[in-house]
Amino acid sequence: MKKIVKKTKVGKGVWEYDIDAPLIAEASKPGQFVIIRLHEKGERIPITIADSDVDRGTITIVVQSAGKSTMELNRDYSQGDKIHDLAGPLGNPSEIENYGKVVLIGGGVGIALIYPVAKALQEAGNYVISIIGAQSADKLFYQDKIGQVSDEVLVTTDDGTAGREGFTSDAYKDVLEKEEIDRSWAIGPVIMMKVCQEVAEEYDTELIVSLNTIMVDGTGMCGGCRVEVNGKAEFACVDGPEFPGSAVDFEVLTQRTETYKEEEECALEEYLEDEKR
Amino acid sequence: MSVKEEAVPMPQQSPSDRVENFDEVPLGYDEEAAQEEAERCLQCDPAPCIEGCPVEIDIPTFIDQIRGGKFQESIDTIKESNNLPAICGRVCPQEEQCQEVCTLGENFEPVSIGRLERFAAEWEGEHGSVDNTVKGSRDGKIAIVGSGPAGLTAASDLRKLGYEVTVFEQFHQPGGVLVYGIPEFRLPNKVVESEVENLKEMGVEIETNTVVGRLFTVDDLLEGNRVDEYDAVFLGTGAGLPYFLDLPGENLNGIYSANEFLTRVNLMRAFKFPEYDTPVKIGSRVATIGGGNVAMDSARTALRLGADSSMVIYRRSEAEMPARDEEIDHAKEEGIDFRVLRNPTRFKGNGGRVEKIGCVEMELGEPDDSGRPRPIPIEGSEFDIPVDNVIIAIGNSPHPLIPRTTDGLKTGDRGTIETGSSGRTTRKGVWAGGDIVTGAATVIRAMGAGKTAASDIHKWLSNGDTWE
Repeated sequence: MKKIVKKTKVGKGVWEYDIDAPLIAEASKPGQFVIIRLHEKGERIPITIADSDVDRGTITIVVQSAGKSTMELNRDYSQGDKIHDLAGPLGNPSEIENYGKVVLIGGGVGIALIYPVAKALQEAGNYVISIIGAQSADKLFYQDKIGQVSDEVLVTTDDGTAGREGFTSDAYKDVLEKEEIDRSWAIGPVIMMKVCQEVAEEYDTELIVSLNTIMVDGTGMCGGCRVEVNGKAEFACVDGPEFPGSAVDFEVLTQRTETYKEEEECALEEYLEDEKR
Repeated sequence: MSVKEEAVPMPQQSPSDRVENFDEVPLGYDEEAAQEEAERCLQCDPAPCIEGCPVEIDIPTFIDQIRGGKFQESIDTIKESNNLPAICGRVCPQEEQCQEVCTLGENFEPVSIGRLERFAAEWEGEHGSVDNTVKGSRDGKIAIVGSGPAGLTAASDLRKLGYEVTVFEQFHQPGGVLVYGIPEFRLPNKVVESEVENLKEMGVEIETNTVVGRLFTVDDLLEGNRVDEYDAVFLGTGAGLPYFLDLPGENLNGIYSANEFLTRVNLMRAFKFPEYDTPVKIGSRVATIGGGNVAMDSARTALRLGADSSMVIYRRSEAEMPARDEEIDHAKEEGIDFRVLRNPTRFKGNGGRVEKIGCVEMELGEPDDSGRPRPIPIEGSEFDIPVDNVIIAIGNSPHPLIPRTTDGLKTGDRGTIETGSSGRTTRKGVWAGGDIVTGAATVIRAMGAGKTAASDIHKWLSNGDTWE
């Protein structure tokens, strides 16, 4: 059982949780994730660690309502409540070194996930350009926080209600048009990462993507998270979650992400019906 | 005195009933049946069955106690050597161990030792007095990594000796392969839960959701860095990483590793979706690739999830299948379709979902390194099998996380940890046992390794001999 010590709404349908987990806070590094299970009938879902505070003994996760479990957490769990199971840190940390000039692209809930990576990269001496994007201004969050760990921040929204109208990949293209970038990261929806990779290829620059695939255990035992990297099956949980974007087969990734689409919809419907009753 | 030639049959659910549920298939002996079966034991001295048992249970004595109606005494006898009889009575391959060497078996059916063991364990659960108090304490703290059969056995033996014992488990529930791998109809999770409860009552601490190697390392445990300091560490982390076939199309949707499929169903209770949140998706035609117990478990699970047809595809013939005869028989009774001497060559899909398995027919050649005849593809025999799901059950490799994050731990070719006969690794203060050492094997072998290591840990902690 892990206690939620603080819950804060950061955007429309997006909540930030500080969770009491001192050992994980000490051990976790940027790019790693945890697996949570809300209750005894819950599923195990992977969630990237957005921040950790060793002094307070907490880790921070940011959760966007998408399927049943994320919606249930956001609606039904408050400060002081306990999450039944939380295991981590899992996955390989981001490779942090001084590359020179780097770009970090965060889309949707991915905005939260570039925060620890940007922070570590800036501390390592990089010049950090962050690009954050959401559908609309009300879903945008962490602007100030990202600003604290970046040398430049570019904002995009699909509908133009904040920042540049368009996608993060458009802003990424603008940056690459102007200057030489040594390494980039993209964390967000599969389609965003795919398009960013196309842009990176066009400008012949290296892009790292972080894959949040279907997982059960998160430790290499199920293989449900397998992705095709350089034509070979790799496990996102133990070989990743970060991979070079150029090596990832995005078509297979998109397909596999949709494996349980119908079941996810069914679970969500049941949950919403129950809520009504 | 004449001996009954045949064993007293064990009542079981009929095949047509059981494919509709996840309840246990064999229903167990009652007192009368157990006593009748116990009568068949010849009480050999010396007893070959004891030697056939990896943990050397005093089999003739416990059987004689059942015969005389002294059921509490019989379970006490078993527990002198085996802490998990309810589990072993169900999943041990007795036909290759104690029962294979049973004297009666030379002419008749051997004594049903496994069934009698299960009976004694169940009798205790219902009527017996389980005394879990540990008398006396001893200096020494021991960390056990992994709560499968090896870890639970080592934990129990060491706690009984009076040591402080903590078990670390990465899943949310203890039991390892006993709870995520073996299906309810062979080993109900509640049987494992009750054994784990006994350990807790003995004073064994169990820390779930703890991924050793990530949250802290084995070195941290030995040095007391960020966690309590431990005098000895036992690694029982098992063989949990699924092998895939490495064939084209293997990442299509609808193709599972047996580990994923069984974990979803057994541990996460996907058979009760949407009451439980974890889904599993099974269509009407399911093919399982492999010939071991895990393949049988997967094929039979698919049937219970509503598949109209469930087949097993195996590249050798039925005689070479590594699964227990009992599992093969149960699978056949339930209507599993055995397609032997067939091997998949590719998976074909449409819209990202698997639709067909491209197969080739095989024939058997000269024995290979494993001693079994080598399967050879027959040229020009390619054909397709239409399917909705495929389950790959061709084995698992050892978990690499601990070897990768622990200093001075020597590993073998296939990622197994190297140990001496008493379980000592190349790292002082660290023992290992079970599938992490042998590669995928049986529950009882893992328990045997846990026992051996526990006794050596005790020896080392009390004598402080040199590490070799």
